[in-house]
Formats: sequence, C-alpha cells, structure tokens
Amino acid sequence: MSSPDRLVYMANQIGTFFRSQGHDKAVPGIADHIKKFWDPRMKRAIFAHLDAGGTGLEPNVLEALTSLKQSLPAAS
Amino acid sequence: MSLIEEIDFGTPRSKSETMVTLTIDGNEVTVPEGTSIMRAAMDAGHQIPKLCATDMVDAFGSCRLCVVEIEGRAGTPASCTTPVMNGLVVHTQNERLKKLRKGVMELYISDHPLDCLTCGANGDCELQDMAGAVGLRDVRYGYEGENHVFAKSHGEINAAWMPKDESNPYFTYDPSKCIVCSRCVRACEEVQGTFALTISGRGFDSRVSPGMSESFLGSECVSCGACVQACPTATLTEKSVIEIGQPEHSVVTTCAYCGVGCTFKAEMRGEEVVRMVPYKDGKANRGHSCVKGRFAWGYTNHKERILNPMIRDRIEDPWREVSWDEAFSFAAAKMRGIQTKYGRDAIGGITSSRCTNEETYLVQKLIRAGFGNNNVDTCARVCHSPTGYGLSQTFGTSAGTQDFDSVEDTDVAVIIGANPASAHPVFASRLKKRLRQGAKLIVIDPRRTEMVESPHVKALHLPLMPGTNVAVVTALAHVIVTEGLADEAFIRERCDWSEFEEWAAFVAQPKHSPEATAILTGVDPKDLREAARIYATGGNGAIYYGLGVTEHSQGSTTVIAIANLAMVTGNIGRPGVGVNPLRGQNNVQGSCDMGSFPHELPGYRHISGEAVRDQFEALWNVKLNPEPGLRIPNMFDAAIEGTFMGIYVQGEDILQSDPNTKHVVAALSAMECVIVHDLFLNETANYAHVFLPGSSFLEKDGTFTNAERRIQRVRKVMTPKNGMADWEVTIGLAKAMGFEMKYSHPSEIMDEIAALTPTFTGVSYAKLDELGSVQWPCNEKAPEGTPVMHIGGFVRGKGKFIVTEYVATDERTGPRFPLLLTTGRILSQYNVGAQTRRTENVVWHAEDRLEIHPHDAEQRGVRDGDWVRLKSRAGETTLRAEITDRVSPGVVYTTFHHPDTQANVITTEYSDWATNCPEYKVTAVQISPSNGPSDWQKSYDEQARHSRRIAPAEAAE
Repeated sequence: MSSPDRLVYMANQIGTFFRSQGHDKAVPGIADHIKKFWDPRMKRAIFAHLDAGGTGLEPNVLEALTSLKQSLPAAS
Repeated sequence: MSLIEEIDFGTPRSKSETMVTLTIDGNEVTVPEGTSIMRAAMDAGHQIPKLCATDMVDAFGSCRLCVVEIEGRAGTPASCTTPVMNGLVVHTQNERLKKLRKGVMELYISDHPLDCLTCGANGDCELQDMAGAVGLRDVRYGYEGENHVFAKSHGEINAAWMPKDESNPYFTYDPSKCIVCSRCVRACEEVQGTFALTISGRGFDSRVSPGMSESFLGSECVSCGACVQACPTATLTEKSVIEIGQPEHSVVTTCAYCGVGCTFKAEMRGEEVVRMVPYKDGKANRGHSCVKGRFAWGYTNHKERILNPMIRDRIEDPWREVSWDEAFSFAAAKMRGIQTKYGRDAIGGITSSRCTNEETYLVQKLIRAGFGNNNVDTCARVCHSPTGYGLSQTFGTSAGTQDFDSVEDTDVAVIIGANPASAHPVFASRLKKRLRQGAKLIVIDPRRTEMVESPHVKALHLPLMPGTNVAVVTALAHVIVTEGLADEAFIRERCDWSEFEEWAAFVAQPKHSPEATAILTGVDPKDLREAARIYATGGNGAIYYGLGVTEHSQGSTTVIAIANLAMVTGNIGRPGVGVNPLRGQNNVQGSCDMGSFPHELPGYRHISGEAVRDQFEALWNVKLNPEPGLRIPNMFDAAIEGTFMGIYVQGEDILQSDPNTKHVVAALSAMECVIVHDLFLNETANYAHVFLPGSSFLEKDGTFTNAERRIQRVRKVMTPKNGMADWEVTIGLAKAMGFEMKYSHPSEIMDEIAALTPTFTGVSYAKLDELGSVQWPCNEKAPEGTPVMHIGGFVRGKGKFIVTEYVATDERTGPRFPLLLTTGRILSQYNVGAQTRRTENVVWHAEDRLEIHPHDAEQRGVRDGDWVRLKSRAGETTLRAEITDRVSPGVVYTTFHHPDTQANVITTEYSDWATNCPEYKVTAVQISPSNGPSDWQKSYDEQARHSRRIAPAEAAE
C-alpha cells in the first residue's frame, strides 16, 4: 500500500461500524476484524504507521491496533 | 443415451394431502384430491387424447378431445376440467368417445396445412400424434373451405391468412399452423407472468396476438420460451429446430447464467446442440426458463472464441499462438520468477464464479498449496461478500436460508436492492405467480423496477436515495419494536435476549424513526410504517435482496440489519420466510463455499484455525500459510505499490467488472505476469501475457451451486473446442509450476471436497445422479440436504442481534457532482456481457443507456437519445440518455453490459467497511451534453484493438 492513507481510511471505516457498540466491545471487535481479514503486508504497513504516531486513526482504532500489534508474533 | 421424454400429465399436480380413489378403465387409482381425471388416468398409465391441456398450465377445457364417460353422469365431460371424486367409474375409450374425438380432429385438420414431412415440428407434434391416436383417416369437410392455411384461396387473397412472424431471433410464429388452443397465452400468463399474448377476435377470427397484434419482437414479450414449450404444433418453433431438425438425445445439465440455477435438457444431435429446454424436474426452475438460459447459448461457438493458447512478453506485442506445453512452461517460469524476485506472496489468483465448484476448488488449491500463499479471491468480492460476512455474524452461515419453492408459502415478500425481473427472471416469475394468488410485495429500491408494477402486481414501493439502506431498514425495525410488533416468543427461544434488548433500545431511539430519517432517505414515513406493519404482521414474510444491498460502504451493515429484521419478526426457520440473497452469477455461492476467499478454506473455515489447516495439510501434503491473503482491491493496491506482480485469472473480467477502471488498468499494467483463462479475449486480456483458452459449460463435467445452496450437475455434451476442460488447464499450469494434482474426472475432485468439508460430506456424483440435486448442508445429519436452514435453532446457536448505525457514505453529491449514479442489469444481458453480447440478445439491448429524470434532463438541455458526458471524480465516459421517471430526480441509472460504455471508469474505489466490496451503487456524477465518445474511450478502444492482435502463424519451412 503505497500510502498509509488508504489503510487508515479502511481501519477507521471498521472503527465506525463498531462505534455504536460502545468502547468496550468496539476495541476488541476492530482488532479481531483486522486480524482476520487483513493480509500480513497490510498489517505491517498499518503497524508501521502506528509506530510513526498513527496520525488520522480514530481513538478506538488506535487502541485496537496497539493491542493487536502486541498480541501478534513479531514476524507478522 | 436417448431423448429424455418427460411425461405430460395434462394438468398441474394437486398439493392436497387428502387422497381420493376412483376407477378408470377398470383400474383403481388413488390420487390427491383436486387432481383432474386426465391426470389420474395418466398416473395409471392411460393417456387420454388431449390438445389444449398441458401440465405447465391450468386446465382450460377448449379442445374437447379429452372427453370421457362417467357412470351415472350425463354427457361426456372433459377429463382435464373434471376433478376426481371417490367412487367414480370412468371410461376413457368407447364407440361414442371415439366418434366424438374423430369428429373434433377432422375439424382441426380441415384448417391445418398437410405439410408434415417438411414441417419443423415433424416428429414432435402433438396434433400429428392425436391424429394418429384417434385413427383419423380422412377429412370429410375437405380443405377448400374458409381457412387460415393458404395465402390465396380460389385465386383471391385470403384475408384470414397471416404470414410467419420471424421477428424474434430465436423462434418463429406461424399463424397458419395455429389451432388456437391458447396454451401459449396461458403459459405467458400463468408461468411467465408477462401477459404479452392474448387471443384476439372470436370464433373463426380467433388468433394468438402478441400485444395489440404486434410482432413478437415489438410486443412486451420477454422471449422466455414458455409459449414455444407449450405449443403443441409448429406454430411456435425454435429457429434452431427448423434449421437443424429434431434432436436425437438429451442430457440434463445446469444453466451457466444467473444464480437461479435452472435445470435444462440440452437436446442434441451428435455434438451439436439443437435446443436447450427447461427441465420439469429442475427444483430451482420447475420447468421454466428465461431468454438467456433458453436461447442465448450461441456464444459457445462464436467466431471470436479463442481456441489456442497464446503468449507474449509485453502487452504491446501481438499474441503468439503456442502449444499448451509451451504456454504452461512460459507461465510457470514467469510466476516462479516473480516469486524468486519479489517473494512468495507476490503472486495470486482469482477463481471464477462462472466455472464449476471443482474448478474453483482446484484454483484455490493451486494458490494455497502451489503458490504457497492465500492470495485468492473471487468475483463474489465485488458482489455478495457482505452477505457472507453479515449472515455468518448473525445466523452462523454464509448463505441464504430457503429454497426457491419456499416462495409458494410466502405471504409478504420484501425485495431490497434487487430487480429479479431482469437479473433472476425465473425466480421473478415464480414470485409473481404467488403475488397473483394474493401475497403482498414491498420493493425498496431507488428505481421503479419492473417488479414494482407488472400485470396484476402492484407493490408498495419505497423509493429511497441510493446509499441510505441502513437508515431505511433500521427505521423498519424502529416501527416494529416501538409499535410492539416484535415476535417475543421467537426471540426468547431462538436469540440472545440481552443482545436483543440492547439492539431494541438502539433502534427505538427517536432518531431512527421513519419521520426522523425521511430527510435523508427520501422515503415517505407513512409508506415506511405501512411496510413495516405488513412485513411484521402479514403472515410468512420473506426478504429477497441483491447487489443494491451489498455494493455499498455499508453493505455488510445492511445485511446485518436485514437479518435483525427477520429475527425480530420470527421470520426464519420454516418454509415461506427467511433471508434470501439473490446471487448474481451461476456459481457465486459455490465459489464462496469452495474457499475462494483469502481468509477461508472450503466450508468457510478461517485459515488461522490449526485443526482445519492440519486436515488440508495432511491431504494436500504441504504446509499452509496461516495468514489471510489479499482481497481483489488489496491486490490492485499492492500491484501499484510493487509487491504483487503476477496473477492467474480464471473466467473473470476484472478490468470491466471492477470499479475505477483507471486504477485497475494501472494495477494490471504494473504486473509482470497476467494469466487470463477465458473463452474470449476479454478486457482484462488486453493487459495479459498468457492467454489460456477456456471451455464452456457444455464442454465439461462438474457442479454449480445456486443461490439456494443447491448443488447441481453440469454435464458434458460435447468435446471441449479448446481441447481441454478448465479443470484440466489448471492441473496443467500447476504441474508446470511443480505442483502435481492428479484427478482423472471431476467426480474425484468432489470426493476430495466432501472429505474435507463438513457441510459437503454427503455429496457425491452418485448421490446427485440419484436425487437430481442436493442443498448443503448435506451430511450425516441431513443425508438428502437441507432445503430450509435454521429450523428449530440457528446454526451459530443463538441468533445474534447487532446494532446497525447508519453512516453516510463519503461519496457525496456537491456542486461539481450533484447527481447520484446507481447501476443495474437488464434481462437480455448478463454481467459484463461477454457471453450475451455474442448472441442475438443484442437485439434487445445493443448499448447501455443512462436513465435520467425529465426534470434533471431539462435543466441540462438533454433530450431523449442524446449523447451525454457522465463525469465523476474518478473519470468520465459518454453514453446516450434515456429520459424516464423510473428514476427519481437527483438519481441517474445505467447498466454495465458493454465495454465501450465503461461505466466503471466512473465508479470509485470506496468499498464496504467489512469486506472491501466496492460501492458500485453510489457515485456522485455530473451530466452534460456531448458530441460522442470521450478521449478516454477513444484511447481505450485503440489500446484494446492493438492489444488483441494475433500474429499470423509462420509458414512451415
């Protein structure tokens, strides 16, 4: 993904769906969705963006990605 | 092999469970109450002569050939219109009846040409058969009297004679052979529901009349073929039969067009198809068909079909025809080279939703096990992937809940974002039949589709603004919950109660009411409330939906909202109800079932599951990658980024069918190896380096799975014209890449699928031959398959209510792009048109048109038929305008069947949040008058011409 913008957009779109379920359900919901449906290079790219500050990511999405990154083995 | 003769029982089957016993010709017969004497006799093996009766339509009683005697009753009643009663004693043959019948036949034949030897129906004519059956030996009246047979009589012009109508490309109407039995008229009304035919005039002047005495092509006729099938004479005959002659053998197979999955008899002479006739025992179509399946199979031997493999180094070069071996090794070297250079994950493939389950299974197997990654996807990505996601989250299965027979028990049908009359015509006919019996219909669609108004059908239409599905469906739920119409007993028993309460509190919020949302949806709140009440309280409620639901930023959310609606009203788990996605292509359901999605192995099991992977690894003898692969839009993004460089595309035209054509062109151009496996040099092939010729559905064995989860056999009726069935091509490519797959017949592939997939364990070719078809799950628990799902409980356990917040799409109208474009299909064309454009179907739809409301047209100075420029922020194209109030002001509509229209140059890369299914159905556009094709269209056309060149074969030394 040449630009992280598209991945940020996609991640926020997922965040928007889960928003109405409240923070406590939304954060694991978002993390689980990205874990299940994103290819490793997409995950790597969004994690790199996260490490660079995660500009543009909604708070729930930022939290979900942070927890997802920690839970996954470093290889992916 | 021989010609499959289906028994015509004369009148339809009675559904009654009360049995009646009577005596016919000395034999005791027991049949359901409501059965006609004619049918009861046929049940006992006695065929009563008949002409106007056939079991596809109700009895009519006009020909008087089927008269019988009943002891104790006066006269000679028609056996077709006389129902059975306990204790009746019926005689079908005696001197009196013989005389009566002979007299009737004499009258018929006195006004019928005697050209049997040269007649198109010779060998398949019921009139001829009946003349034989009654022992007609002469006609006392002669042939000189008033007649419809001769153009001239007694040297004068015969005003009663009418010439043949050959306007329909597929069949002829010869009025001189008509016996006015009205079977065609009744088939058009009762089976098809179009009411295009009538009998005009009275007595001797009576004739079959398309519309107001128009030509067949000029009338409302939709060319479904039901009238041709019903006709007992040569009056309505397939042109192919007239040209070739009668078939000598037939094979039962499955149509390769839409997701209805009609069963047909391919009627053959040698390896030549004479005609395709819908099969009465087909459980999806029950003997009916549409213009595509019945007639539009000519593409299979179209001159543009490519029969030899071809390769080239650069897409600027002309194609070079090579042997299969050379093509395979060229492709394999390129693909393996890319993996060496860019990494294992740099290649992938797309399975075809038009190919068989077995072929799809092999392609995903090649990718997962041979390529060593999970970069496999299918066209369902761009159509029904939200269905898979939404229904598995709520119900626990990624498929529709019913069979098509279920519609016969439906009291309220809700159609959302679908136009079955165009895209699923045989289902539409079955639904309309039910509607004419009194069931109610609600249509939620931006456009006034053919379903909204048709003869004797009037729907409650909610014309919403494109992109507001979630708001409308949630508003329906609001009404049901706040007006106390929820089925509490069902919810308590079958669903998670606390999730329901949370959801109910959410939808009950005033901001979700029809009144509050009307401003964005454009739907009259009164109509919306009425629709909710009808669905919740009108008896069995069934929802049918299509791509108007899924192809949105909130596609998955709408599917979830629909599932919520079915659960809150208890409309799930029995015949007549349910949630029914109308699948686009013939095998979209199958391609999803077969593990075509990058995150799922066959049977919808996530690739990260170790136990599941173990099973596949053991049988395939490889290590599988546990990470999900790229989805189609992700593949394009990765190609442009430079990490995805090779693709194998089987039977799919991604360039024409995927959104934002320029983006797709950029992605394909960036790749180093594009392998296209198809019947024709499609649009994607313009950017391909390897072309592997494909085989049509007539040329291979396999199975398709339709929208009702029904697995049906596809049977080979001719040798593949390209030399190999598609499954053999995939095996060849795999072998060249060093991955051996050994199968000698597709049945062995199905056996492997059954061994690995819990919902398929009971499926085998032997069972399909025995039962005709089965609906998965088909396993130990359901050895004959599962017509209706979630009976007594949901597959996932408790039904799950999920809140569905409406979020406006980011594709918004504004001053530059003030109109919303939405897209759809037309009856005569199919998908990207690769098949139907290469048939006579083009007489109905030679180009895509832009539908625009008179108000919007007038503001822009656009007249009907004018060329207009259609522009979005993604691109622009030109096409001709059609001014109509089928669309609301602010909305324009077009189809995408023709590549020169390039409707997808306009569509954007916005997509569904959960599945990346593109948002085809909403694009902000502007329209202005234009002089002709856009620069893009011209340069595209030039590139396509250039790219399609095939180098002449070098002369032998």
